[in-house]
Amino acid sequence: MKRSLQPGLQRRQFLVATGLSAGGLALGFHVPAGAQAAASAGGAEVNAWVVIDPDDTCTVRVARAEMGQGTHTGLAMLVAEELGCDWSRVRVQQVTPGQNLAAKRVWRNMSTGGSRGIRESHEYVRQGGAAARIMLVQAAANEWKVPAADLSVDKGVVLHAASQRQLRFGQLAAAAARLTPPDPKTITLKNPRSWTIAGKPTKRLDTAVRVNGQIQYGIDTALPGMLYAAVMDCPVFGGKLVSFDAAPVIARRGIKAVLRVDASTVAVVADSWWRAKTALEALPIVWDEGPHARESSASIAERLKAGLTADKDVFADTDIGNARQGLARAARRVEAVYSTPFVSHACMEPMNCTALVTATKAEVWVSSQNAEGSLAALAAETGLPLEQCEAYNPPLGGGFGRRGGQQDYVRQAAAIAKQMPGTPVKMIWSREEDLSHDFYRPIGQCLLQAGLNDKGELETLALRVSGQSINALVAPHNITDGKDRRQLQGYYAEPGDAQIGYTVPNLLVEYAMRNTHVPVGPWRGVNTNQNGIYLEAFMDEVAKAAGRDPLEFRRALMAKHPKHLAVLDAVADKAGWGKPLPAGVHRGIAQFMGYGSYTAAVAEVALKGNDVTVLRIVLATNCGHALNPDQIAAQVEGSVAYGLDSLLCVSTVANGRIVERNFDTYPVARIKQMPKVETVIAPTFDFWGGVGEPTICVVAPSILNAIAAARGKPVRSLPLKNEGLRLV
Amino acid sequence: MIKLNVNGKDNSLDIEPEMPVLWALREQLGLTGTKFGCGIAQCGSCTVLLDGQPIRSCSYPAQAAQGRKITTIEGLSADASHPVQKAWKELDVPQCGYCQSGQILAAVALLERKPKPTDADIDEAMTNICRCGTYVRIRAAIHRAAGGPNTAASVIHMAGLDARSSGNSEGAAA
Repeated sequence: MKRSLQPGLQRRQFLVATGLSAGGLALGFHVPAGAQAAASAGGAEVNAWVVIDPDDTCTVRVARAEMGQGTHTGLAMLVAEELGCDWSRVRVQQVTPGQNLAAKRVWRNMSTGGSRGIRESHEYVRQGGAAARIMLVQAAANEWKVPAADLSVDKGVVLHAASQRQLRFGQLAAAAARLTPPDPKTITLKNPRSWTIAGKPTKRLDTAVRVNGQIQYGIDTALPGMLYAAVMDCPVFGGKLVSFDAAPVIARRGIKAVLRVDASTVAVVADSWWRAKTALEALPIVWDEGPHARESSASIAERLKAGLTADKDVFADTDIGNARQGLARAARRVEAVYSTPFVSHACMEPMNCTALVTATKAEVWVSSQNAEGSLAALAAETGLPLEQCEAYNPPLGGGFGRRGGQQDYVRQAAAIAKQMPGTPVKMIWSREEDLSHDFYRPIGQCLLQAGLNDKGELETLALRVSGQSINALVAPHNITDGKDRRQLQGYYAEPGDAQIGYTVPNLLVEYAMRNTHVPVGPWRGVNTNQNGIYLEAFMDEVAKAAGRDPLEFRRALMAKHPKHLAVLDAVADKAGWGKPLPAGVHRGIAQFMGYGSYTAAVAEVALKGNDVTVLRIVLATNCGHALNPDQIAAQVEGSVAYGLDSLLCVSTVANGRIVERNFDTYPVARIKQMPKVETVIAPTFDFWGGVGEPTICVVAPSILNAIAAARGKPVRSLPLKNEGLRLV
Repeated sequence: MIKLNVNGKDNSLDIEPEMPVLWALREQLGLTGTKFGCGIAQCGSCTVLLDGQPIRSCSYPAQAAQGRKITTIEGLSADASHPVQKAWKELDVPQCGYCQSGQILAAVALLERKPKPTDADIDEAMTNICRCGTYVRIRAAIHRAAGGPNTAASVIHMAGLDARSSGNSEGAAA
């Protein structure tokens, strides 16, 4: 569907597209022409994507958020590839949501999550680059009065071979900007196999400011007259703020206000965040802890356990053959229950937002994975129309899913700032607030049952996930007839996004939604994390019962899943699967799929007593097109470190609240726990898959399988400390 | 008044003696390159050098830093030319970058103490948290800054393709 936004529909359309009202992402706009309302970079705006200065500096405008995943560089590479500019002259400019809205969403979706930055933008950004090139070439053709077809482009220079004439992009940009953009239907994009910029290992464009202290994250926002706010939300989810007594703290140095933020949150505003936080810690507060104050990890675990065998409130997403009969007649059965806890995002930059609200305008400066969502939250909280709001979106100090769909920190900052009109207020969460008011990775348990025939072949697999649903909290419109397929990510029967890699004659995949009072949300890799652990650790249990090598056992089930298999084979090859290991070193293997990409890993582990050392991980991915191998490797390395959370960390519930509130009790991986990492990139050039998230789901299971090989029994309850193990 | 020498410059600040150095730097002096991460000296985002030694400035009272020399990321070099900064750039170490001021200063202090650190030395000294997981490249960059062999940041195998490599990666043909 192709259409332009009608002015009268802008607000509604915007809300739909930012996920704040029912409905999916409604995209499908025309290829962008010049967005005149957008910020000027001081050069000629050839179109919305490309601004070229007289000195040939080429500014590529991007909508997606940069949180370390390198998407700004990657998107610029795609634009530059089609544009044909000199890569050394490229820089990136972040678009704001206000600019996007004013330009009728010419840059489309700004939300940066689900590993979609590249895979869902590649076509329109490449078309943007190609359209600009066509206009630059036409400008040269007009200047020389020759057919455009006789001209070529090389590194930012348009050439007319017959007359040996040439003009630089910087000389042509102003004239090109006045031309009519080409019809997108006439644009032919390059074959990725002939790319010269994209597809090559490329340094990031934005590293220099990250080593000299110059980069400004949201938390570094500085505005004249700015005050600072520290906040405390009711420690028990679902509780309320009854009252607070400002008297003991209001006279302290620098304290400007103590105020109610919302039904459950109090803030202290001061001329220094340290003064605000210190006063907040001394503030007498009365909470109504609400109906969940007696919930604990144990009570939640009981509810999930009941879901594993319940007859009600469960649905089968896949039911092939007859799993119950298959189990009944199996020569050998294997059964296991796995459990995975809530875990927190723990972005290095704690949640924060700076807000300035007046009667007619509201602005926020916020590190956000979805700046349009931030803008919408600001408008909703202040009651001002979107057109009178703006959200400035600097780079993020980590996102991992925390800073996307939920804009709770924006709403809070706006609620504070609107009580202090005209004064900019920077609200910063303490780390304690950050770890105890997250949207956690969903807690879950999984019952898995396998039936082997007398030849040791897997004929039946039944698995049931019992656990919390992300959609139930944040996107109930995505649940159809009570069936929330998203919690079964990685187990889907159909190809494309997150397909199970095995063919089993009797296959039953079920989900029993069992929600808790603890808020949950997407956490890098989302449900592929726990689902990868459940299935892949269990597959090793079944292989062992069958007396088969874990790799060969899997391969026998994967003939009809050639892409899954190819990545598994690639990782086995590079890791040297089957080759002798030093004494005391053990291997584990795993494969899984998510976000359109295929991944597999081999981990090497040493076990001394209860101390686990992960020595090496070889991790392979087929993400279709491999845009920047250096950044794919960086994402793989990052997935390994973040994936160690599944082994190390837990957000425990006691008395309705989260116990682990800082890094002294929430032991994320340090460098000494980091294994050697090797990245295997195995692109097949026939699809666009994600990178940042799909590479995480095989990290924990490959390590768990190596630990199981080392100690002779599986690890079924996470984190590792539940089974007396330590990662050293 | 609290007197702090920061990056070679003397400052007189009308602040509480117990205000942590971190907040004096960020809010009083506008030096936001030093980051807040945890507030309890765990994560190392706030690492600065005090007379050349790394401290966790979020938990270090300003009063105790008087009469000593504080070096922040902004003062490490005028033009990001310190060997550690250069190695960080050459290997594209940062991802989000938030922890990297602290990582870099911790590495600078390590190299002052041990010019040729082993992996074990790095494990012992580099306790700063990075959530993006840049640890592989941090380790490689410290070795590079120490003048070690110019090892690649990352080991990359391009399966099914010709070997591809850059200064930043090892290529290996399938």
